[in-house]
Amino acid sequence: MDLQGIWFFIWGLLWAVFFMTDGFDFGIGILYPFLGKNDFEKRIMINSVGPIWNGNEVWLITAGGVTFAAFPLAYAIMFSSLYSGLMLILFALIIRGVAFEFRGKVDNKIWRNTWDIAIFVGSLVPAVLFGITFANIFKGLPIDQSGVFQGSFFDLLNFYGILGGLLFLLLFLFHGSIWLSVKTEGELHERSKSTALLIWPFLLITALFFLGASWFFTKLYDNYLANPVLFLDILLTVAALFASRFFIKRKEFFRAWFSSSIVILGSVFFGIIGLYPNILPSIINTEFSVTAYNASSSPLTLKIMLVVVIIFIPAVIAYQAWAYYLFRGKVTKEDLAYEESY
Amino acid sequence: MDIVLLSRLQFATATMFHFLFVPLTLGLSIMIAIMETRYARTGDKLYLSMTKFWGKIFLINFGLGIVTRITLEFQFGTNWSRYSAFVGDIFGSLLAIEASAAFFLESTLIGIWIFGWRKLSPKAHAAVMWLIAGASTLSAVWIIIANAWMQHPVGYVLRNGRAELSDFSAVIFQKFAILQFFHTVSAAYIVSAFFVMGVSAYHLLKKQSIQFFTRSFRIGLIFGLIFSVFTAIEGDMHGVHVAEVQPAKLAAMEAHWETTTRAPLNLFAIPDEKNERNFIEIGSIPGLLSFLGYHDINAEVKGLKDFPKEERPPVLIPFLSFRTMVGLGTLFILLTIIGLLRRNRLLESPLYLKIMVLSIPLPYVAIEAGWVLAEVGRQPWIVYGLMKTSDAVSPLASSQVLVSLMAFILIYGLLGIAGFYLIIKNAIKNPDL
Repeated sequence: MDLQGIWFFIWGLLWAVFFMTDGFDFGIGILYPFLGKNDFEKRIMINSVGPIWNGNEVWLITAGGVTFAAFPLAYAIMFSSLYSGLMLILFALIIRGVAFEFRGKVDNKIWRNTWDIAIFVGSLVPAVLFGITFANIFKGLPIDQSGVFQGSFFDLLNFYGILGGLLFLLLFLFHGSIWLSVKTEGELHERSKSTALLIWPFLLITALFFLGASWFFTKLYDNYLANPVLFLDILLTVAALFASRFFIKRKEFFRAWFSSSIVILGSVFFGIIGLYPNILPSIINTEFSVTAYNASSSPLTLKIMLVVVIIFIPAVIAYQAWAYYLFRGKVTKEDLAYEESY
Repeated sequence: MDIVLLSRLQFATATMFHFLFVPLTLGLSIMIAIMETRYARTGDKLYLSMTKFWGKIFLINFGLGIVTRITLEFQFGTNWSRYSAFVGDIFGSLLAIEASAAFFLESTLIGIWIFGWRKLSPKAHAAVMWLIAGASTLSAVWIIIANAWMQHPVGYVLRNGRAELSDFSAVIFQKFAILQFFHTVSAAYIVSAFFVMGVSAYHLLKKQSIQFFTRSFRIGLIFGLIFSVFTAIEGDMHGVHVAEVQPAKLAAMEAHWETTTRAPLNLFAIPDEKNERNFIEIGSIPGLLSFLGYHDINAEVKGLKDFPKEERPPVLIPFLSFRTMVGLGTLFILLTIIGLLRRNRLLESPLYLKIMVLSIPLPYVAIEAGWVLAEVGRQPWIVYGLMKTSDAVSPLASSQVLVSLMAFILIYGLLGIAGFYLIIKNAIKNPDL
């Protein structure tokens, strides 16, 4: 594989890991008003991701940064084309992050209710919009020969795009409700568990429907047909989805969560594999597509950055894994009694 | 409205708002690490209370700094796509290194610090704060290297219609970056020092938790004294380098129109950009500008008129922001020297304590003014001498940028109110001892 190919893979991996990690705290943020019946349960929910959500979100910044570093032209066209959608995502992430920090700091009903809304909206908007955006990238964008986006935000709200939004939403809801099952006890635990089981069939149907729709709306399958071994990604993803339900039934929630992590990685990679070598396919003319080859940085930069990610990304994974390990176990009353908790 | 202006206003809003919170966290993290280390070593509970009290304020700041950071990673692509495509090879990689090497570490560790009190030993917990302080400083290193490259591009070749990296170490070790880093970070320490001194002074005036706030005040004082002197000396070196590599910025910040030797420095003037002169000049000191720029009172200083009109920065904003920065910087040295003399009689110096409370916002003003000087003084270039700001903007409709700018102002305005409300609320609360 050449440098650009390796970078295309790293690029996809960083976005996939972002969705896998921040995905469950998005899911919890959306479930938050429905599953948290009182202030105590709400606090349990926020604190279940309290120590780790910040680190999860940095995967987004790194994915963005690596897009900029390795494929500057793709970075430029992607984010200016998707301007309105990205701005909505950014505002949502900002109010959500602040809500986690601020909510518990004042004991006042209006104050807390305001931040409760911020947590819900701030989690729902990115979950759905990222899905819509990535589905549209899989489908192709109206990019002209000078790399200018000839469309508007509303063009993204097509059938396939909205299906992608729904798929991401369900993936994150499922992922989040399993994480809550891992981290909570009592009624909240039972509610989280039944929510996961309730979402599961809808997720399965939507995922299969999305796989089918991709046949008609995208060219993703071209790479699969050329290399049938790649179909393993789809098989593995669907298998992980079934495994996840199996583990929930057996009350092995961490394994269920691990399986649903694979579901998210596999789902994102379904698109990434199909896209290769395109990063932003053009539906006006395939010659205008932004690819790993026509958008990449110079070989020197790609090499330097490769050294950087080979050193730092495993280090990040190691210390984040340590953080997850350090805060393993259920979130309890005692954890909330504690003045620094959210 | 013009899309370039709108995009610049949006960039300025996002960056300056972010920069309201970052400087305090840079310095406060070190002071908290010192307090917590003393607690871990001596078991003195007062240091634990100090760690917790300042820690709360730190976390509110840190949270706001982190969320506003996300915008910064993406706004080059959203609003400056032509710039991004042109410089991504160099500039993009610096941002990506910052994210993977520094930002990840501080964001992961902050969760561990907040929630890890019972999971870690006091020493390990203190070590986490040291690592947070180290990672935030490292983060500043990379961001400033990136900005310095826009101020003074080095280590590149123009190829394939863009700037491509040719010498990585030239980019990261260039003099401009080193000088700018020390200037910015030491100025950030002044912000933190004056914040800690000012809040402590408030409580000392109320005669509450006296030992607690006397200790805090002293830690702030040491920081404030060292770094206000350091920033001034270092700023002088930085100025000399700016004179060398960005002569137009020097001329603009001094409203210096004609090329002269033994150039004077006007303490105050009102620049008249249309007629290329100053309306009034007050307190003109002969030779001082030559001395500041070149450390030689007879040196020739190039005037604005010798730069083509389309390559001149605006004059008024750099001129005023430079004076604000230097004037306040001098005041900080003065205030910390008085503090040094009165350090054992703080309670008997209510006037000084009152002045210190009122001085809390001043380093914020100074550090923002410095940033404005660096950025506006670089105009009309986005990359000095290489790419004009007007050629860098994204192909968007100006209405799109107008709407997002309004949204930024609204959301950041509300966040600012909520954030400063919480900071003040926690700062004036008497720590329970």
